[in-house]
Amino acid sequence: MSDVADRVKKIVVEHLGVEEDKVTESASFIDDLGADSLDTVELVMAFEEEFGIEIPDDAAETIQTFGDAVKFISEAS
Amino acid sequence: MFDLTGKTALITGASGGIGGDIARALHAAGATVALSGTREAPLQELAAELGERAHVLTCNLSDATAVEALPKQAAEVMGSVDILVNNAGITKDNLFMRMKDEEWQSVLDVNLTSTMRLCRGVLRGMMKARWGRIINISSIVGATGNPGQGNYAASKAGMVGMSKSLAYEVANRGITVNAVAPGFIATAMTDKLNDTQKDAILTQIPAGRMGDSKEIAAAVLYLASTEAAYVTGTTLHVNGGMAMI
Repeated sequence: MSDVADRVKKIVVEHLGVEEDKVTESASFIDDLGADSLDTVELVMAFEEEFGIEIPDDAAETIQTFGDAVKFISEAS
Repeated sequence: MFDLTGKTALITGASGGIGGDIARALHAAGATVALSGTREAPLQELAAELGERAHVLTCNLSDATAVEALPKQAAEVMGSVDILVNNAGITKDNLFMRMKDEEWQSVLDVNLTSTMRLCRGVLRGMMKARWGRIINISSIVGATGNPGQGNYAASKAGMVGMSKSLAYEVANRGITVNAVAPGFIATAMTDKLNDTQKDAILTQIPAGRMGDSKEIAAAVLYLASTEAAYVTGTTLHVNGGMAMI
């Protein structure tokens, strides 16, 4: 697994308090990992800080799964 | 009674009577304060009176760019914004039939839209800190209406609905959002009324007197405190019984 994926997974596990093996490529933050809509905003904030990038609101809305996040961040950073 | 040591507070309209006393009360409880307003001189005067832990940030709330920048500036000078008090407000009274679009718009812009922008601007820091207090200064007329103040009453009622919606969203992040609705408070604005006008108002107030701005500040101090953590989405009416709602 790439470095980006590891770091994203760490944030997701810490923030949502879920088991690491639940955080799969297609795991949806809201449907599978129990996040509410405000959690997803906070995850995006945490990603921005961890990777030193800006994730605009319209892009943030497309980040629904763990895989989406890794893909977006890999391309942005 | 309430200890705000180590907390930081941004207060808009701090050059006014009520805003100044809110700043004094929060500062006296130990908070570091950022005083905002359009006129720099009275803000500097207040900062000098308070001494340490007081910063001046002038801002014209009808300027959207300046409003967006204000929470960032406050966080820069104080390290964070733990408490936001949206106190600034303007009036442009007119009979409804004569109300101009400009009178409506400017009151809504300053009183309601700038409040929304400032709330939005401080949320990120509060969410990360898992602690925040937003106190929006509404008005009794937002609940009761007042002839000649259709624009002002709409803006003040709007602040209440907005506060409640935001309170829902952030309640489980340790952030409370409340409103304080003053009744008739003795300020420079009410000093302009003549005795006949004042007497007419007093007949409507069971307490038989106008309120003191310190009594509004005390309500704000309570809502800003750690002790008020379970109070959110409410409107605290401070009006001498003028409207018991």
